[in-house]
Amino acid sequence: MAVTTLTEDLGYTPNTDGVWSWLTTVDHKRIGIMYGVSALVFFIVGGLEALLIRIQLAGPNGTLLSADAYNQLFTMHGITMIFAAIMPVAAAFQNYMIPLQIGARDVAFPRLNAFSFWLFLFGVLMLMSSFFLGGSPDGAWTGYANLSTQVTEFVRMDYYAIGLQLLGVASIGSSANFIATIFTMRAPGMTMMRMPVFTWMSVVTSFLLILSMPVISVGLWQMFLDRNFGTVFYEAQASGDPLLWQHLFWVFGHPEVYVLVLPAMGIISETLPTFSRKPLFGYAFVVFSGIAIGFLGFGVWAHHMFTAGLSPVAEVGFGIVTMLIAVPTGVKIFNWIGTIWGGKLTLNTSMLFSIGFIAMFIIGGLSGVTHAVIPADTQQHDSYYVVAHFHYVLVGGSAFGFIAGVYYWLPKWTGKMLNETLGKWHFWLMFLGFNLTFGPMHILGLNGMPRRTYRYPEGLGWEFWNGMATIGSFIIGVSMLVFIWNVINTRRKGLPAGNDPWDARTVEWMTTSPPPIHNFDRVPVVRHLDELWHRKYGVDEEGRAVPLPDGYVEEPAFVEEAGGIHMPSPSYYPIIAAFGLVTAGAGLVFWSSGILGVGMLVIGAAIMLWGVVGWAAEPITREAH
Amino acid sequence: MAVATDDVFEEHDFESTADPIHRTRKTAMWIWLGSEVFFFGAMISTFLLYRNTTNDGPGAEIFNVPFTSASSFILLTSSLTMVLADSAFQRRDQRQGRIWLIGTVGLGLTFLAGQIFEFTEFVEQGLTLSTSPFGSAFYMLTGFHGAHVAAGVLMLSLLIAFSLRGRLSPDHGMNVELTALYWHFVDIVWIVIFTVVYLLQI
Repeated sequence: MAVTTLTEDLGYTPNTDGVWSWLTTVDHKRIGIMYGVSALVFFIVGGLEALLIRIQLAGPNGTLLSADAYNQLFTMHGITMIFAAIMPVAAAFQNYMIPLQIGARDVAFPRLNAFSFWLFLFGVLMLMSSFFLGGSPDGAWTGYANLSTQVTEFVRMDYYAIGLQLLGVASIGSSANFIATIFTMRAPGMTMMRMPVFTWMSVVTSFLLILSMPVISVGLWQMFLDRNFGTVFYEAQASGDPLLWQHLFWVFGHPEVYVLVLPAMGIISETLPTFSRKPLFGYAFVVFSGIAIGFLGFGVWAHHMFTAGLSPVAEVGFGIVTMLIAVPTGVKIFNWIGTIWGGKLTLNTSMLFSIGFIAMFIIGGLSGVTHAVIPADTQQHDSYYVVAHFHYVLVGGSAFGFIAGVYYWLPKWTGKMLNETLGKWHFWLMFLGFNLTFGPMHILGLNGMPRRTYRYPEGLGWEFWNGMATIGSFIIGVSMLVFIWNVINTRRKGLPAGNDPWDARTVEWMTTSPPPIHNFDRVPVVRHLDELWHRKYGVDEEGRAVPLPDGYVEEPAFVEEAGGIHMPSPSYYPIIAAFGLVTAGAGLVFWSSGILGVGMLVIGAAIMLWGVVGWAAEPITREAH
Repeated sequence: MAVATDDVFEEHDFESTADPIHRTRKTAMWIWLGSEVFFFGAMISTFLLYRNTTNDGPGAEIFNVPFTSASSFILLTSSLTMVLADSAFQRRDQRQGRIWLIGTVGLGLTFLAGQIFEFTEFVEQGLTLSTSPFGSAFYMLTGFHGAHVAAGVLMLSLLIAFSLRGRLSPDHGMNVELTALYWHFVDIVWIVIFTVVYLLQI
């Protein structure tokens, strides 16, 4: 299946049947789907963890969970949602949509792409196996030293140190892949400033990951070495400085929160113009404010550490830069509102979630600004106010944006429309449940309820709002059931979508739904931002959009590619290399168990070497059949 | 509405993508090296934080600067042989390319041997991973650099093996130019480490 030709009948049948074809696939669309399905499954796991937490906290003196179980659950809830649900769902969108949005046939390195996916999947499975094998990480997703380095008789924080390390490698691999794809594989005429905003935000996200992941990687190695090899990086008795971990963690951790939210901002920058039937207001401003957020994101990490005892000068500096981030963010919000303003709105589910994103993100953003005010932050630190803040930006922001993206693009992926009635139920239930869960946490936090507490006594005035939050969390759970039912039901009952169900603006809607394996029969030649819109609509004397009389403008003949379309062949080396690497990682986790750990490390390294050498020796495309 | 096609060629030069796979791979390698800069940057920062935190144990005075200067010189020379190897393969002179690759591997291994010797000496003088944050940071930084050199040696050895089997063409996943980029980067990082760790301490 290596070479296809451009004829009316493409004359090939790609092997898409069976498990083997999925295990060896290098098709960015199938990898995107696998990322999406994994993310949804892990989102459910993370959600169940959250529900257990909420049951425990529903009333005073909760008895469902022990302190130890609670510590493991809230730590794994954070890790699962961030690294196993939101980041991979972003990767799902990026994998599927970037090549389509820039008119490419695949990503730059299809096998590296597969490797990143399998490394992510096996890495998360290894992390989750900790529930059954030795206990889960219990030092919060922030893993602060000394909490994380002192107790070495359990392997829990070794899972954390090695698990995040592996997921970091996967992220760096896919980010380098996306950047290379976007920089070098755009369709003819697709200049950087004609790219859809989602692709632009993916560029920014990828750079953030490329530059922040290695920093946490060093911190994780230091944690691991402290735990297993007797180094003293964070050992205060040996003059080590635990604060170093906080710096390394947040130099990664703060850009990471933009990694989680920028792709969602990119998605609603696609849906809002489409459903307002207007171009994005201030395209260049939206793009450059995204880049500005990325840059500033590297200069604000210490606002997570205002109570750690930094010097006042440093605190003021970080406080000011943190407030500065509100400027490009505000620019984006005004541009989105400007896009909707005066538009002809279609209030379908995708649009509702997009508008919900704006509203919820404003709340979360403003409570974020209050963290930049150092005296206020000192009061809020480690209280439920912080929990409320980051759930408003991560659920009300990221998750709403990604769900808007699912309702927008799922028709492109499956060729079927999602049910709008169920979709509206999903939105309103989730909107209600979300605000009922996390709105009260502002009040709880300001009333002094600390986060990460596994129970609280009666009479502190926290009972009512905690009860409300628990009710809200179950409403979110129900809304997710509606969503999953909607997605599953689409397979059988969904109405056919056609190529361009939303009368959209960007080139991914020019190909079939779902797209063929080579994405485009003819790679589009791009002359405009919002190329597809300009092929469908002209402008009359009064500046109104009118459909062009000849309808759709076809590709000029000169873009015929010589020699047919070359698609990469499937390969099983990526999954072997990823499996070997994760096995070696598991060996490191159990390093302290002696022969078991060493054995797994050696075997894993050997398997990985086999995968990598085979990969390097394998031709990229086989000869024509 | 008339469709203007003539502006397309001005803005997107088809000639520049004549060898897109090559360009794409190089872009990705530069991105990866950018990531590595931050990896080493974080470790160098850690070392700078702990450079005087020796817990009254051995500190910078145990460094043998003339010895490490010599091994640094050897590592930098390997960049020269790497360039010669790359240029030989560009000329499609596989035999000479192999010779220079073997030379590069030899120099890399010599550097690693020097590092192992140095580590053994330091341990004998009482500087271990656990002696002090200085010791932890020193071994981690130079150790991870050594691991990068070792990975480079492995990549070069694979290239030699592929070349012997006549499979070293641009159609394969690894090529000499990318390995060369990586190798030069590892050398440049060593210049920084040598300066920060050894020279600044005198």
